[in-house]
Amino acid sequence: MEQFTTHTGVGVPLRRSNVDTDQIIPAVYLKRVKRTGFEDGLFAAWRGDPGFVLNDEAYAAGSVLVAGPDFGTGSSREHAVWALQNYGFKVVISPRFADIFRGNAGKSGLVAAQVDEKVVQRLWDLLESEPGATVSVDLESRTVRAGEGPDAIEDSFDIDDYTRWRLLEGLDDIDITLSHDDDIAAYESTRPVWKPATL
Amino acid sequence: MGKTLAEKVWESHVVRSTAGEPDLLYIDLHLIHEVTSPQAFDGLRLAGRRVRRPDLTLATEDHNVPTVDWDKPIADPVSRTQVETLRRNCEEFGVRLHPLGDIEQGIVHVVGPQLGLTQPGMTIVCGDSHTSTHGAFGALAFGIGTSEVEHVLATQTLPQARPKTMAVTVNGSLSEGVTAKDLVLTLIAHTGTGGGQGYVVEYRGPAIEKLSMEARMTVCNMSIEWGAKAGLIAPDQTTFDYIEGRQGAPKGADWEAAVEHWRSLVTDDDAEFDEEIVLDASTMTPFVTWGTNPGQGVPLGGRVPQPEEYDDPQDRIAAEKALHYMALEGGTRMREVKVDTVFVGSCTNGRIEDLRTAAEIVRGRHVAPDTRLLVVPGSVRVRLQAEEEGLDIIFKEAGGEWRGAGCSMCLGMNPDQLAPGERSASTSNRNFEGRQGKGGRTHLVSVPVAAATAIRGTLSSPADLEA
Repeated sequence: MEQFTTHTGVGVPLRRSNVDTDQIIPAVYLKRVKRTGFEDGLFAAWRGDPGFVLNDEAYAAGSVLVAGPDFGTGSSREHAVWALQNYGFKVVISPRFADIFRGNAGKSGLVAAQVDEKVVQRLWDLLESEPGATVSVDLESRTVRAGEGPDAIEDSFDIDDYTRWRLLEGLDDIDITLSHDDDIAAYESTRPVWKPATL
Repeated sequence: MGKTLAEKVWESHVVRSTAGEPDLLYIDLHLIHEVTSPQAFDGLRLAGRRVRRPDLTLATEDHNVPTVDWDKPIADPVSRTQVETLRRNCEEFGVRLHPLGDIEQGIVHVVGPQLGLTQPGMTIVCGDSHTSTHGAFGALAFGIGTSEVEHVLATQTLPQARPKTMAVTVNGSLSEGVTAKDLVLTLIAHTGTGGGQGYVVEYRGPAIEKLSMEARMTVCNMSIEWGAKAGLIAPDQTTFDYIEGRQGAPKGADWEAAVEHWRSLVTDDDAEFDEEIVLDASTMTPFVTWGTNPGQGVPLGGRVPQPEEYDDPQDRIAAEKALHYMALEGGTRMREVKVDTVFVGSCTNGRIEDLRTAAEIVRGRHVAPDTRLLVVPGSVRVRLQAEEEGLDIIFKEAGGEWRGAGCSMCLGMNPDQLAPGERSASTSNRNFEGRQGKGGRTHLVSVPVAAATAIRGTLSSPADLEA
């Protein structure tokens, strides 16, 4: 996995709450068997609307998505994370993420930065009044910054310690777990014999 | 201090626990389907890894499969490639697969319990959010993403941060005609889609204890729709009776040992939950959704809300957007909403009891002229059982369509989709925009409401058929 320390990119205000993973990428786009090429399905239904934020030139190259609460609810499809990444997003900012989405993001290297709802509101206002403005996300200090002068926004974001560490180091979870193979084997030797098996 | 059921199951699966790191949990059963696994198997191949425990892994084909002509090659080439990829992967890595055409094929969350592989006290994962279904047996079961699927394939474990615990206590008992689906839809309207976020939930209380295993599965299935990590119900005699004699169930002395252990899987009297919600089942009525997330629901006897009724500006905007998408006016009586398609099926309500309930209501009646009724069994076993009981004939004589097993119109990955602007009453779990087909409008309902709606053509309960 690629290391992540800081990122600065165009912020995209997505003024919606409860953005479920069916909206991020509808099921009909999930049929590919690789991890790439899902950008065409990203927000597919909404992109048909000329007024949708990503159809505005100023935001089209966005890499920091700023969304309302309960982002990534619903289906466990990691394709939602891949679609965002394939499109070019590095960070999603929201006041609340669904558990599975947040887990998937951490595994795939997309930063899910949880901030106070007021911060999202201020970012939306800024990004809408200055289309194309950038947002900076510093994972080391867990800080999000945007704007300049007296109205500049600077606040902290939440991400769990372990995910932050893995992202900063660019570590693969499976390698870490396989280094504890002895513990796994020891646990397996204690499992009751009546536990079901499929073979 | 005592422990909750969830804590007991969690603690008995910790392989490794270190301060500052998530616990490493052992996984007893890993269920797989064609949509969320190909990239995981690819990852194994790239890294030269094997599946650590193929004997704790089971695959089935469900999301993409057609519900007609299931004996012919899948018509959609992209769906076919995905299904064929699963077949190749299972063969290469030695994983048991129940493919289309096999008697054990079906929706992964219907198949696991049916085979007796879902048992109390287990950890069960699957690359599908409705894995929470298996919690009905007192198992800790949750959906995972594809990276985690790969992790479980390679290590049979998952690093997991310890969730908080919540009790949902449901007192009283459900009235005649009110189902587990109404119970859980009522709960989600109460909590919102994020109310369970970060929690493992235990459903308990007299109303829960009275539910059949299949009804318990309906409740646990929808745990994810209010954001819970998992939802479980303490195992009891109802649970043991369901499991006993099934293919994967322990036999003989092993059965005795297993049941003795399972009886210990209850929350201790002095255990404390981080949060508790108390509901009264006796006040519940048939419940339906009007909006575009499962929390946007009202009693069937109610009206579509007006956006102005919401104090929170976010909720008001969400309601406006939902009403616009659903083409509904605030204030409309739910019973006046006209429906084009009724879908009975899915991992929420596609089991034999559901089909029996639906058949009983449509028996001797006819589907409304402009309405389509689609009945999709959750598994081949469910289909065959229903056919043995003559339920298929009842549906067909009523003008309904009787299909093969799969996820079908719950998510419209196969050809079973709503057309743009088409409105459904669906026994499935999600009413998200476009979920059942681009531009489709979904009302989540119970099985009795679905069946009565098919007959009247507007959202209805069976009581309306008598009027």
